[in-house]
Amino acid sequence: MSFAGALDMRSGESADLVLRGAAALDPVAGIDAAHDVVIRDGKIAELVAPGSADPDGAEVVDAAGLHAFPAFFDPHVHLRTPGQEHKEDIETGTRAAAAGGYCGVLAMANTDPPVSAAADIEALRERARAEASVPVGFLATVTRGMRGEELTEMAELHEAGAVGFTDDGLPIRSARILRRALQYQRLCGGVIALHEEDPELSGEGVMHEGPVSAALGLAGIPSVSESTMIARDAALAGYEGGQIHVQHLSAAESVDAVRVAKAAGVRITCEASPHHLCLTDEEVRSLDASRFKMNPPLRAEADRQALIEGLRDGTIDCIATDHAPHAAEEKEVPFEQAAMGVTGLETAFAAIHTDLVLPGVLDLGVVVERMTGGAEPFGLERPSLAPGSEANVALCDLSAEWVVGEDGYESRSHNSWCAGRTLTGRVLMTVAGGRVAYRLRSFSMGVAA
Amino acid sequence: MRHLLGADQLSREEIEAILDRAESFAEVGRRDIKKVPTLRGRTVVTLFYESSTRTSSSFELAAKRLSADLVSVKAAGSSVDKGESLKDTVATLSAYDPAAIVIRHPYAGAAQLVAGWTEAAVVNAGDGKHEHPSQALLDVYTLRRRLDSLEGKRIWIVGDVLHSRVARSNLIAFRKMGAEVTVCGPPTLIPRGIEELGCEVSYSLDRVEEADVIYALRMQRERMRESFVPSLREYATHFQIDSRRLGPRQLLMHPGPVNRGVELSGEAIDSPQSLIAEQVASGLVVRMAILYELLAGSERPAPVEGESAERSAPTPIGQPA
Repeated sequence: MSFAGALDMRSGESADLVLRGAAALDPVAGIDAAHDVVIRDGKIAELVAPGSADPDGAEVVDAAGLHAFPAFFDPHVHLRTPGQEHKEDIETGTRAAAAGGYCGVLAMANTDPPVSAAADIEALRERARAEASVPVGFLATVTRGMRGEELTEMAELHEAGAVGFTDDGLPIRSARILRRALQYQRLCGGVIALHEEDPELSGEGVMHEGPVSAALGLAGIPSVSESTMIARDAALAGYEGGQIHVQHLSAAESVDAVRVAKAAGVRITCEASPHHLCLTDEEVRSLDASRFKMNPPLRAEADRQALIEGLRDGTIDCIATDHAPHAAEEKEVPFEQAAMGVTGLETAFAAIHTDLVLPGVLDLGVVVERMTGGAEPFGLERPSLAPGSEANVALCDLSAEWVVGEDGYESRSHNSWCAGRTLTGRVLMTVAGGRVAYRLRSFSMGVAA
Repeated sequence: MRHLLGADQLSREEIEAILDRAESFAEVGRRDIKKVPTLRGRTVVTLFYESSTRTSSSFELAAKRLSADLVSVKAAGSSVDKGESLKDTVATLSAYDPAAIVIRHPYAGAAQLVAGWTEAAVVNAGDGKHEHPSQALLDVYTLRRRLDSLEGKRIWIVGDVLHSRVARSNLIAFRKMGAEVTVCGPPTLIPRGIEELGCEVSYSLDRVEEADVIYALRMQRERMRESFVPSLREYATHFQIDSRRLGPRQLLMHPGPVNRGVELSGEAIDSPQSLIAEQVASGLVVRMAILYELLAGSERPAPVEGESAERSAPTPIGQPA
C-alpha cells in the first residue's frame, strides 16, 4: 500500500526546496554525506554535491551544519478524537508530530466512543483531510467498543481505510477472540496491534513492581504481566499464520519473548517508546504522575538495557512514542488516581539523541532507522531520502539546546515526560507528505531565489 | 524542616530533635494546666479523607494544647463529597492562611502534592500505603523511652507489610535510629524488593525469639477475599503473636486498631511486654512536637521584617497560656 493512499492530510502546496549542504543520513537508502537535498513538486528530486544545486525557483535553505533525515514515522499516537478533544485533536496532535520531525502517525482507536464502525473511520479521515499537518492513519478496534467480546466488522473497516486493528489501552483478554481475529485477518488484511498485559497480573498496579514500588507502597505491575501475554499471542499468531505488532515493549522478558517468536518464524513486529528507552522506575520516586505515570510503566535499568539491545539488534523494529495527552486536572492528583500516559511527539528524537546518541549508547544511524521503522509493519512505505521518494524530511540541528516546554507545546496537553529538561538536538523544519509541515519559529529561512 | 511528608526525608538529627521536644511536652502534660500558648493566633487545618480515630484526635488535641485555632475537615459531608478536587479543596482552605495542614489521604503522594499548592507547612498523616511518619516518630519515641537507644536493637515487623504505610515509615525510621529490622509475613504480603530498604525478610516466625521488639501489623479481613491468605485462621496459626511466641524480655507494639485473636492474642495485648497503650499516649506529645518543630522550631527560617512579633518570637513552652 502506498504511503499517500492510506493516510490523509490537509491539502497544501507541494514543496520546492533546496536544503543547501545538509548532512543527509538515511542508512536504509545508503545515504550518509553532505548534499544539497533538492525537493521538487513534493518529491526528492536529487541529492547533489553541496553548493551545486540550481535553485530554479525553489526556496533555498542554508542547511550547512544541519542534518537531513528521512522524516520519522510514529505507529502509535493518541489523537483523542472523537470525544476527548480537551486533551488533543487531529489538528493539535499532528502539529505536535510535525514539530517532532514526523511525516506520518497512526492514531489509536481508544477514543470516546472507540473507533469500531466504518462510518467512524470515514469521519476521521474527512477531519484529517481538513486539519492534519502530517499524514495520519487510523486504526480501528479489534472488538466492538473495546469490550473484548465480539469482533468489529473488520473487513468493512479495512475497506473504509482502517490501517490496522487494535484495542490499545486494553489487552485482548480472551485468547479465543484474538484467535478469531487472526483467522479473520486472512479475509480482511490489516495488522493487529496488541497492547500486551494480563489484567489478572496487573491488577490495580500503577507502576513497575520492584524495589521502588515496595518503597512507595504503590501496587506493582510485574514484568511478566506483559511477557506472558506476548508469548501467548505469538503462539496464536504462529498457529494461525497471522501478523501481529506488539506495542510499547517495556520489559526484558518481553524482548526475549519477541526474539524467540521471530526466530520461530512468527510474523511479529514490535515497538519501544522513548520514555522506556531513556528512563527507569527510579523516576517514580518523585511521584510526578504528569511525567512518569504511563502504561506500560517505566521499568528497571535491566529492562531499559534489554530494550536498547533489542533496538540495536533489530528485535525491536521501531520507536513509537505512545503520545498520550492528558489535561492538567487529570494529572494533578495523587499518583494512583492520575491518568496513564505522557506526550512524546515533540521530544522523541531530541530525547533519544540527548540520552542515547550523545553518550554513545546508540548509533545515530540506528536511531534514524528505528524512528522511520514504524511504517513497514503496517504495510506502508518507509520514509526515504532516495531520489524519487515522496519528500519526507526532518531537518535537525544536532547541537541546538532547548528547554522542553519553555515556549509551550504544539500539543494541547502538557504532560510531557521531558517537561523542563534541556535537550540537545532540535527539529528545525519538517517536510511531510511532500509539503512543508513545520518550521521552528526562530529558524530563519533562506531567501527564495 | 518545612514539612513532614515522610520518614525517608528525615535525618536522624531531625528525628531526635522532635523526640527531645516531645519529652518536654510530656513534662507539660503532667501539669494541671496542659496548654501552652506557642501557636496562639495561628490556624491548623486537619483534612482527613479517610476515617481515623487516634491520628485525627491526637493531632486535633495537639493543636489545641498548643493554643492554635483548629479547623477539622472530614471528606465525608464536605465539598469533597460534591466532587471537588484535592487541589481546589486545598486552595479553598489556604484562603484561611493556615500555618499547617495535616492531611490523611487514601493515595500515595497526596501530602507532597498539597505541599506544592499551599504556603502552609504540611504534615502527612498517612498517604495511601506509602508513609505515616508521625506514627513512626511516636513509635520511635515510645521505644526510646523504654530502651534508651534503638542502636543495634533487633525489631521484627510482622504481618501485612504490602498494604501497610506504618510498616514502611517504621522500617525507615527504625533503620535511621540504628536498629536492625526484619519484616515477616506470608510471602503474598511481603512486597517484592522490600529488602532494598535495608531489612531482612522472613516468611516465618521461627527465629522471632532473636527480636528485641515485635511490631505486629493490622491484618485486614478483606485480604482473605483477595487470596493473599487462605483464611484468617491459617494466618493466625503462622503469624499471630501470642504468649507462646512472645518472650518475657521482648517488647510488643501495634499501631492499632487491633484485631484481637488475629494478629495478636488477647494475653499478648494485655501482657506487661505490650507497649500499645503507651504508643497511644505518645501520639499526643509527639504530634505536639511535630507541629512545634514545623511552626516554631529553631530551623524555621527567620520571619521577614514586618511580620507580627507574635510570629517571630514564639512564647517559650514553659509558660502557661
